[in-house]
Amino acid sequence: MRRIKSLSETLSSVLVTLFGLAVVTFMIGRVVPIDPTIAIVGDHAPPDVVAAARLQLGLDKPLPVQFLIYVQHLLHGDLGRSVMSSHPVTQDIAQYFPATVELATTAIIIAMLIGIPLGVLAAARQGSRFDQLVRVISLGGQSVPVFVLGLVALLVFYVKLGWAPGTGQQDVLFDGTVPRVTGMLVVDAALNGDWDATSDALAHLALPALVLAFFSLSTITRMTRAFMLDALGGEYIVTARAKGLSGTRILWRHGFGNIAVPLITVLALAYAGLLEGAVLTEVIFSWPGIGQYLTVSLLNADMNAVLGATLVIGAVYVGLNMLADLAYRLFDPRVR
Amino acid sequence: MSSTRDWLLTDAPSSRRQAAWGRRYRRWLQFRTNGLAMFGLTVAVILILGAVFAPLLAPQNPGAQNLAMRLAPPSAQHWLGTDELGRDLFSRLLYGGRVTLGMVVAVVILVAPIGLLVGSVAGYAGGWADRVLMRVTDVFLAVPQLILALAFVSALKPGITSAVIAIALTAWPPYARQARADTLTIRHSDFIAAARLTGASGTRIVLHHIIPLCLSSMIVRMTLSMSGIILTAAGLGFLGMGAQPPMPEWGTMIATSRAFILAQWWVPAIPGIAIFVASLAFNLLGDGLRDVLDPRQR
Repeated sequence: MRRIKSLSETLSSVLVTLFGLAVVTFMIGRVVPIDPTIAIVGDHAPPDVVAAARLQLGLDKPLPVQFLIYVQHLLHGDLGRSVMSSHPVTQDIAQYFPATVELATTAIIIAMLIGIPLGVLAAARQGSRFDQLVRVISLGGQSVPVFVLGLVALLVFYVKLGWAPGTGQQDVLFDGTVPRVTGMLVVDAALNGDWDATSDALAHLALPALVLAFFSLSTITRMTRAFMLDALGGEYIVTARAKGLSGTRILWRHGFGNIAVPLITVLALAYAGLLEGAVLTEVIFSWPGIGQYLTVSLLNADMNAVLGATLVIGAVYVGLNMLADLAYRLFDPRVR
Repeated sequence: MSSTRDWLLTDAPSSRRQAAWGRRYRRWLQFRTNGLAMFGLTVAVILILGAVFAPLLAPQNPGAQNLAMRLAPPSAQHWLGTDELGRDLFSRLLYGGRVTLGMVVAVVILVAPIGLLVGSVAGYAGGWADRVLMRVTDVFLAVPQLILALAFVSALKPGITSAVIAIALTAWPPYARQARADTLTIRHSDFIAAARLTGASGTRIVLHHIIPLCLSSMIVRMTLSMSGIILTAAGLGFLGMGAQPPMPEWGTMIATSRAFILAQWWVPAIPGIAIFVASLAFNLLGDGLRDVLDPRQR
């Protein structure tokens, strides 16, 4: 019963947050700019055109009514039409979002595979040279701007060494040869059985994914280290040592086993945070994801597209947080 | 000198002032043993001095173009070379520091008091005030900072003022969260109960008893958040949504010189290094301050 109550609390708080998010995007779109009609009809439109556009946008109605209409549209999955592409924003986002998911997922997997062992080992040798090194690396990762890292990576691995292919998702050679199924190029090419295209897509994915991985590596390493230090201070670790278990077994089975669940929360947050890093990474690597869509729309003052993308990213962020919370409750017996 | 030291380190301070300064001095002694933190402090001080005294230190006018000397490599005349319009990079870097660090200071000054007030009121009042304030905080925490800032700037007009407002609007929630958590831990202390018994009002308790105790963790959070603000400001500049050219801002400088990375890599690299160094310095400093001021959070 208590679990159901806490679940419903989580769900209601998520709903309130999403509602608040809608309020924020609505305010940005309708209240802050001087006149949204000008953005659509242009500076020099005759007064009657402006008036007609105002009527069409429903701007003659009171703000609360406008907001209700906005929410109604949102609930029907209608984010308005993009001025730039003239498609509905929802359709545009469905087009671009899978590429971001592909990039961010690869990045979080890389960051996990490197960050977790680094954090565990640093905690095991607290205060050692290795621990200091890990601390410096992770602070460095937090301090380097992801767009500078991306530019440097392109310069070194593409221009100087020639190890990586250029920007974009695939070589022009394979342009349009892969039928779209999931929108994630590597997966689609593999599903199509086209191994040349798959390896080309993988090669294009590698560098931006590594750059983005570094972005969340520091958080994952720091949190793993902190959790491990906490766990290793427990009395059950002393007991395990007294029993004569091997160091590796104590570290991974007894120590790490206890932090795996809280770590899920950190990973979900880091994954959500990658959406932010993805904006800059996608711009650097011309990656056709939602970050690229957002920035191009920004530069063209395409407000529907900007706010739609903001709302979708916000909703995904909230959703991931909720999943982390639920996973924590489900898998950690201490919370039950 | 040693008498000052004795006065500071005495076990029996004769006044509140002496005790307070003694505690500060002990913290400084502890801070001084942390090499990385001292490095961060030194670099941060150098950067701040460079920014403040940029007009005195800069060898040339940061806006003066010299197309005959464009994209020159570092030399005796131009210590860090010149950019795509032949402007002296070292001078632009110094003036860029004014813009970037100025934005950071502006954001922190706007944000810290708001966060402190929202958090301490929410934590002390509890009940529905707490719930409403924390829900609002959650909404602003629900979107990644850069993305929300981008949306705000697009609605305002690209430029420094908009960027500062946008970053401030997205930067206050962590402060509020922190202040609330701190308030919750001290709310039920005996000295708060004593203050209430003597008839102190809620406002007085929050302002005189709770906020001063939240300050040290606020200072830590401010220092640590500075590096995030530097990165967000530079990111906005890079995307063309922050400071506008020809103003020398580090992120904007990278954006305008990005095309030259193949042949004249130092032109975009130098502001890139500046951003990294500034952000790293504040991170190291904040980390060191946390160890000294807020040992609970280690």
